[in-house]
Amino acid sequence: MEALLRPRIMLSLTIILIPIFLFISGASSHQIRINNAERRIDLSTHIVKVFLTLKVENTGKTSASEILLAFPPTQVDHLAFLEALAATGKKKKKTYVSLAVKPTQLPDAPNETNYYTIVLANPLNTGETATLEILYILTHSLEPFPVEISQSESQLVYYRDSALILSPYHIKQQTTFIKIPSNKVESFTRVEPTDRAGNELKYGPYEDRPPYSYSPLLVHFENNNPFSVVEELVREVEISHWGNLQITEQYKLAHAGARHKGIFSRVDYQSKPTFSGVSSFKHLLARLPPRVHSVYYRDEIGNISTSHLRADSWKISELEIEPRYPLFGGWRATFVIGYGLPLEDFLFESSDGRRYLNFTFGCPLVETVVDKLTIKVVLPEGAKGPSAVVPFPVEQRLETKYSYLDVVGRTVVVLEKKNVVPVHNIPFQVTFSPVLPLHFLSIDFIIFVSVLLGTFCVSGMI
Amino acid sequence: MVGKTESQNGAVKATAAPAMNLESDLFSNFSFKSFKLKTKQQELLLRVSILGLVYILAFITRLFSVLRYESMIHEFDPYFNYRTTLFLTEKGFYEFWNWFDSESWYPLGRIIGGTLYPGLMVTAAFIYWTLRFLRFAVHIREVCVLTAPFFASNTTVVAYFFGKEIWDSGAGLVAAAFIAICPGYISRSVAGSYDNEGVAIFALLLTFYLFVKAVNTGSLAWALASAFGYFYMVSAWGGYVFIINLIPLYVLVLLITGRYSMRLYVAYNCMYVLGMLLAMQIRFVGFQHVQSGEHMAAMGVFFLMQVFYFLDWVKYMLSDTKLFQAFLRITVTSAVAVGALALGVGTASGYISPWTGRFYSLLDPTYAKDNIPIIASVSEHQPTAWSSFMFDFHILLFLFPAGLYFCFKKLSDATIFIVMYGLTSMYFAGVMVRLILVATPAVCLISAIAVSATIKNLTSLLRTKSKTAVAGSSKGTGGSKASSKASFDQSQPFQKNGAIALLLGAFYLLSKYATHCTWVTSEAYSSPSIVLAARGAHGNRVIFDDYREAYFWLRQNTPPDAKVMSWWDYGYQITAMGNRTVIVDNNTWNNTHIATVGRAMSSYEDEAYEIMRSLDVDYVLVVFGGVTGYSSDDINKFLWMVRIGGGVFPVIKEPDYLVNGDYRVDKGAAPKMLNCLMYKLSYYRFGELVTEYGKPPGYDRARGVEIGNKDIKLEHLEEAFTTSNWIVRIYKVKPPNNRW
Repeated sequence: MEALLRPRIMLSLTIILIPIFLFISGASSHQIRINNAERRIDLSTHIVKVFLTLKVENTGKTSASEILLAFPPTQVDHLAFLEALAATGKKKKKTYVSLAVKPTQLPDAPNETNYYTIVLANPLNTGETATLEILYILTHSLEPFPVEISQSESQLVYYRDSALILSPYHIKQQTTFIKIPSNKVESFTRVEPTDRAGNELKYGPYEDRPPYSYSPLLVHFENNNPFSVVEELVREVEISHWGNLQITEQYKLAHAGARHKGIFSRVDYQSKPTFSGVSSFKHLLARLPPRVHSVYYRDEIGNISTSHLRADSWKISELEIEPRYPLFGGWRATFVIGYGLPLEDFLFESSDGRRYLNFTFGCPLVETVVDKLTIKVVLPEGAKGPSAVVPFPVEQRLETKYSYLDVVGRTVVVLEKKNVVPVHNIPFQVTFSPVLPLHFLSIDFIIFVSVLLGTFCVSGMI
Repeated sequence: MVGKTESQNGAVKATAAPAMNLESDLFSNFSFKSFKLKTKQQELLLRVSILGLVYILAFITRLFSVLRYESMIHEFDPYFNYRTTLFLTEKGFYEFWNWFDSESWYPLGRIIGGTLYPGLMVTAAFIYWTLRFLRFAVHIREVCVLTAPFFASNTTVVAYFFGKEIWDSGAGLVAAAFIAICPGYISRSVAGSYDNEGVAIFALLLTFYLFVKAVNTGSLAWALASAFGYFYMVSAWGGYVFIINLIPLYVLVLLITGRYSMRLYVAYNCMYVLGMLLAMQIRFVGFQHVQSGEHMAAMGVFFLMQVFYFLDWVKYMLSDTKLFQAFLRITVTSAVAVGALALGVGTASGYISPWTGRFYSLLDPTYAKDNIPIIASVSEHQPTAWSSFMFDFHILLFLFPAGLYFCFKKLSDATIFIVMYGLTSMYFAGVMVRLILVATPAVCLISAIAVSATIKNLTSLLRTKSKTAVAGSSKGTGGSKASSKASFDQSQPFQKNGAIALLLGAFYLLSKYATHCTWVTSEAYSSPSIVLAARGAHGNRVIFDDYREAYFWLRQNTPPDAKVMSWWDYGYQITAMGNRTVIVDNNTWNNTHIATVGRAMSSYEDEAYEIMRSLDVDYVLVVFGGVTGYSSDDINKFLWMVRIGGGVFPVIKEPDYLVNGDYRVDKGAAPKMLNCLMYKLSYYRFGELVTEYGKPPGYDRARGVEIGNKDIKLEHLEEAFTTSNWIVRIYKVKPPNNRW
């Protein structure tokens, strides 16, 4: 297995390196210089968080309003979230302004390098500096090696990146810190100066690196944190004007870490929890809104009895669930969580008489990556003119669903997003014009009355 | 115990309704006098509301299982029914009818459409489609779970009409109330018990009712209805054989007792001919009505009816009785002779198939034990113990003979029928535990006659007294026994007190019955047997959900085409919940295949490995109760595997697994026992586990012994999964070793 993998790693490294050496620097990038860059990579869970602090200076003649961020193609596929803040003010009175970030294609980009443009709030004049705080999150970036482990082994993973920050700009000074979950590091690439202190690796400082400098870096370390990945999550939010908001969430959960190999021994799992199945996980925590009620947790074959709910009327309610069996690498579990919420907490009337639903995007499970998230907002029957406001790009479409006693069906606003991480748990809004309650009451009423009449007819026959 | 008393209190509340119904029934009798004008309407209103209450009661008393556990399918066979229903609703009827299932009986497969009674599935699917059409967005599982209670409710209505037909509407109401809560019926019709019997008892009673109605009225319409009832019964359950034998027997008895009439002729002929033709449309039944020995009685009686009709006609034409007597003798003799000859020739030529083993085992309770171990191994096929009669019928067991007495006192075509139904079904109930179910409606009806007649007599006694003071000689109608003219004045207070005491006693008994029924329902018959519940050390409820844990693990973490070998009990559940192919399942149609699995389980590992390789087995699943003390596990069923395996493969010998006729798993166990596959798979690494404080490791709590072989090594299999309480253990069959 190892022999097979090595050429693959070499191959991927060369693929990354070739464009770097063959680059032709973009004309626009000359005027910006990065004076100081500090990068902190957090590898403690399977969601890789990178905090990047850039001090940029405009050394050109004209003012610049955009800063480019460069990503190698391998990272772009895994990039789940990118956020840029501009820091203003001095140390203690620092305030942050969120900046717009948009993907950009450059015609003369070195092969396959991808860019994101940060639009500055105030254009940077010649000689001015600005501090940018950038956070980006990568998923599926820790590659288990060995690929298969037995129950008694712990899980080792690779993390690949560049010791030097990939940038279209000249970087005067840069440092990279990598935080790993434990002290156990099998190996790491040395790009001097490199230093290791406990569970932190320090690369740099490196001085005066030209644009598109790249130096591959590989860290092989132990990570036994749950690699819980929801391959598909469908959340259905059903608005009932009777005062309830019903949520149904269908999960396809998998352990995305090193695959389990060979036997599963219950004796070992029960008697030696510290040595056996350390990379497996059993507990999941879902954070549900306050005042949650009628919570259920089940799957295709029935109720799953291992769950605890700490409901709270003011704070976030916590639902602790266990899948039917502990999840080892490569094992899967599907389940459904459903709950009801008071409608008045989430549905509001806007000034123009339309209603809007304010609900949280993302996945309630803690520290979980969702590969594909679908949110279906089922509007009351007869609701018209739905529109959704989501703070990040999602795919949208409309569907129709028939539920209890529906005649024309309910409009469903479907929002789809790939690669969702916990930072996406922010509110979104769906606005719609409700119909008069009388209208759909009458439909229900007609059916109710006819059923009642039928019952009387039947009872009359006796 | 605390929990039990609690539920009993609840039980009293829940079943107060039938007792109340009776009281209000009684009350209505009193109040008739004061509101003479509206008596009829009042009586109707009372009857309808009582029946409505009984209808609801029958439904809600079956919901204990949903409240205690969840809305889920129970036990073994219902999982198959659920799976097929799901298939039917997803793929449609045509696909369902032609379904060849490759997921069971690997590598043989099973033609599902041709080997099942589709009535239940079609019923559930029809309800589901109707609800969907009415825009009730229900899940098919909920429909399946509630099908049995729904049909139980319908059965109460049929019981009412049946009781009304054979006695009076009072008896009908009491019968409806009885059958609504009778444990013998509830045991098979709680919510989640999605089995054929759930709708079949309704169909059975409906067919009988319609037939009796047809006999009473001589109406072609009722006979036609009963033929359709019979068709529904045939489509729903194999127990239709009971109908097709009981009705001819009944007709025969009527013929013998000289109660032949045109009504009977119309009813039977129409019902038999149409019912037979309709029944042939069910693929699983096919031409059995004309080819199988079990159905020949009906045909014989059919021809006998024609002979009777012919004789009647001749009698009408002939005025000479002596001549007719001679003719009668000749015709009957020759008819019987021709019939016997035809039967003999048919049987000898193989056109008429002989009786099946199951039928034999009903007539001769010891037959299965000697010849068909696979039937004998099922616990519900065991002869019934007295205690379970008591458990399932309670006071009905004593009311039954009383009811028979009333029936004999007022003999009619209808009461003869119910007497015959009661007696034959009681016999079958004694042969097999599960057939208590068939006897339940008869017992309820006959007991209802007893109760209704007694109470009616007593109340009329009470009422006549107040009248006799004025009117003098008017006596209670019906069978008021105690009214004698001579001691009229003296006996009055004694009679009154006696009647009141008897009435109170009756109500006491009936309320006891209601309490008992509710208690039995909630404690004994509402467990799904998939989820096991126990009381923890602190009195809290502990749930063992190991079955579903294992099945869901199979479903999620094994290749979709994996073949799972287990004892046949778990076959339906593995295919339905685990969605994996099984070697054998609860449809025990191929004894050899089951015996092969039994042989593999009782062989040494390397021999078993050969068998498993030949069956392409990927996983082996065993059920093991040693950790939890769950006693119906595979080790306790193991002797049946040996017996069934040995029945086909003589290399497996039962004495090899016994020590001096004792079955044991501890150190003194037989060496073959300690090294057979089942033992190894059950106890693999169990020797390292301490199950109970103060006991050595490897202490088997289900059997209460320390196991005899703690050092178990597996060569060809490896542990793939064991559930959290060790109830289900799954092993993976390793691929063969490389040869070099």
